[in-house]
Amino acid sequence: MATPLLQVRNLTTRFNTERGRLTAVDDVSFDIDAGETVALVGESGSGKSVTALSIMRLIPSPPGRIEKGEVIFEGRDLFELDDAGIRDIRGNKIAMIFQEPMSSLNPALTVGMQVAEPVNLHRGLPWAKALEVAKELMGRVRIPDAASRLASYPHQYSGGMRQRVMIAMALACQPRLIIADEPTTALDVTVQAQILDLLKELTRETGSSLLLITHDLGVVARYADRVAVMYGGRIVETAPARTLYKHPHHPYTAGLMASVPRLDGEAGVRLVPIEGQPPDLALLPPGCAFSPRCRAATEVCHSSRPPLVAVGERHLKACFNDARA
Amino acid sequence: MTHVHELNGASAPLPVRAPSGPAASPELLRVDDLKVHFPLKKGIVIQRQVGTIKAVDGISFALRRGDTLGLVGESGCGKSTTGLAILRMLEPTAGRIVFEGRDITHTGRDGMRPIRRRMQMVYQDPYGSLNPRMKVRDIIGEPLAVHGTAKDKRTYAERVEQLIAMVGLLPDMAERYPHEFSGGQRQRIGIARALALEPSLVICDEPVSALDVSIQAQVVNLFMALKEQLSLTYVFIAHDLAVVRHISDRIAVMYLGRIVEIAGRDELYKRPLHPYTQALLAAVPVADPEVEASRPRIIVKGEVPSALKPPSGCRFHPRCPRAMEACKTVDPALTDLGLGRAVACHLHAKPA
Repeated sequence: MATPLLQVRNLTTRFNTERGRLTAVDDVSFDIDAGETVALVGESGSGKSVTALSIMRLIPSPPGRIEKGEVIFEGRDLFELDDAGIRDIRGNKIAMIFQEPMSSLNPALTVGMQVAEPVNLHRGLPWAKALEVAKELMGRVRIPDAASRLASYPHQYSGGMRQRVMIAMALACQPRLIIADEPTTALDVTVQAQILDLLKELTRETGSSLLLITHDLGVVARYADRVAVMYGGRIVETAPARTLYKHPHHPYTAGLMASVPRLDGEAGVRLVPIEGQPPDLALLPPGCAFSPRCRAATEVCHSSRPPLVAVGERHLKACFNDARA
Repeated sequence: MTHVHELNGASAPLPVRAPSGPAASPELLRVDDLKVHFPLKKGIVIQRQVGTIKAVDGISFALRRGDTLGLVGESGCGKSTTGLAILRMLEPTAGRIVFEGRDITHTGRDGMRPIRRRMQMVYQDPYGSLNPRMKVRDIIGEPLAVHGTAKDKRTYAERVEQLIAMVGLLPDMAERYPHEFSGGQRQRIGIARALALEPSLVICDEPVSALDVSIQAQVVNLFMALKEQLSLTYVFIAHDLAVVRHISDRIAVMYLGRIVEIAGRDELYKRPLHPYTQALLAAVPVADPEVEASRPRIIVKGEVPSALKPPSGCRFHPRCPRAMEACKTVDPALTDLGLGRAVACHLHAKPA
C-alpha cells in the first residue's frame, strides 16, 4: 500500500487551565491517504478541533502544548520543522477552513485581496497576476459575477458566499490536504449541501485529501470515505464509513447511531439515548473515558484504558468488550 | 393597517384543518392569515420608514389539542417570529389568533395574564434564559409566585419538587444554581419552569439545537413523555428536519414568511409536493452511507433572499428547479388538498 499522505502518531495535546492540566487530545493516531476524505466525529470537547489545530501547529501556547507525537506529512515530521518551514506548509500544502468564515476573513480588506494573498505569498506571483488567479478561483467556487465581486468586502457577502471565499482561499495553492472544521455548522441546510458538494467535487478534481471535522453523522455518511470517532480526547473507533455504520463495534459509536433520529427512520418511537453527560476532561476516569455511561462496562473498563485494536479491515476499536455493541 | 401593497391572492384566510375524524379532538389554536411586519427605519433623530420586513406574511393553520405541529424552515423563514406572535410577545400586524376558543389577537396586557398561564415557551438557549443568580427551586417556582397559584409555602414546595421529578432531575438539585448544570440539565430546568402553571400549549423554539448529539435524544424523549403524561399540545420550531419529523404529528414548512406546505409527518416525508420541501428533505443527509449513495440529490441554487425584498410571484421561484412563467408573477395560494394537506405551488393548483 502506498504511504499515506498524512500520518498522525500518538498525538497528545494538553492545556493548562484553572482546573488543572487537561488532556484535550490523548495519544491519537490515524492516517489519511491521498485523495481520501476522512471524518473526525465527536461531540463538543471530544478533541476533534484540537487535533486539527495540532496538526497545523496552531495550538496557542501557553496555555496549550503539544506534548508528544509526530505528524508526518509527505515524509516529513511537521513538528520538527522550524517556523519558516511550517509557514510554507500552512495555507500552501495544507489549507484550513473554519466554521465561522467571518472571523477568519479580514473585514478591512477586499475579498479579492484576501483570495490573492496566498497566491502572491506562496506561489510568488505578482499582485496583478495573483488577482487574476483570485478571479478564476472565485469562479471555480461558483461565486456569481466573480469579476465584480473581487472588490467587495466580506460583510457584503452572505454566510454561504463567505464560506465559498474560504474554499477559494484554501484552493489557491493547490493544497494536498484540506482540513475543514465544522465548515457548514453555521449555515442553512440547503446551503450546507451546496458547500459540502462543492468541496467534495473540488477535492475529487484536484486529488487532494480532506479531513472533515463534524458532529453530524449524516454529513459523515454522505461525504466521508473513512471515519474516526473521538470521545474524551481519544479515538474510540475508526473504520471505513460503510463498515462503521453497518457494524459499529464501540458502544459509544453504536449509541450515537441509535440516539439520532433519522429522516428515513420510524417517526414517533422512543429514541435510545446515551445516558449521562459527555465527559469533563478535568475529571476523566482512569479507565475508558466512556465507561461511566457504558451499559456494557465491566470492572476492567473502569480501571484500565483500552488500547485501539484491529477488529477488521482498517477497522479498529478501543473497547475491552469482545462482543459487538 | 396593512401599509404594504398586496399583490398576491395568497393571503386569503384559509385555515388548514387537520383531518377531522370521529376521534378528532377540539381545536386548541387557530392562526388565520397572520402577519408580523417590522418597519425598517433610517435616521437617528428624524426617523423615516424606508421599508418593511415581512417576517411573517399571511400564514394560517389550526392545531388540535394533543397534537404537535412542527414548524420548519431555514433562517429568516419566520418560524420563530410565528411562535412569538402566538404568545403575543410580538404584536401581529394583521390576522387572527384564536386560542382555546378565544380571539386573543388584540387582548390587552391584563387580559393576557391568565392566558399566558395556558401557553408557555421553551427556548433554545438554556444558558441565556435562566437567571444565574437564582436557585433552581426559585427558577422553577417563579411562575407559581408571579401568578399566585400556590396557596401556601407547602403547596409551593411540593409543586416544585413534583416538577423537578417530572423532568428527570434529582431532588437535591433544587438548591443549586444554573451554572452547576450541563446543557441538557439546564434545558430540563427550562421545561420544568414552562410546565409549572400547567399550560395546554407549549411553544418550543429550537429546544434541542444547542445540545450535544448524545443529549438531544434524552430531551426529545422527555418532550414526548411529558406530552403523553400531561396531554400537552406543542408547536415545535426547529431547523433539524429529522428531529421535527420524529416529534411532530403534522409539519408546516415555511419559506420567507409563508407556509409553503403543510402535511402529516409521514406524507410530507414520503411524498413532499412543494419543490422547496423536496429540496429541503434532499439536503438533509441521512446517517447511512448506503442510503446516501442512492438518494436523489436536488441541489437548489443560491440562498434565501432578504425578507425586505421578497421575490415577486412565488417567493421560491428564483431558486426553484421547476419554476414556470406563472411562478414569476403569480403568488400561489396555499391550496387545501384535503386530508389535512395543503401546498402553495402552481404545480399543484387544483383545477378550477
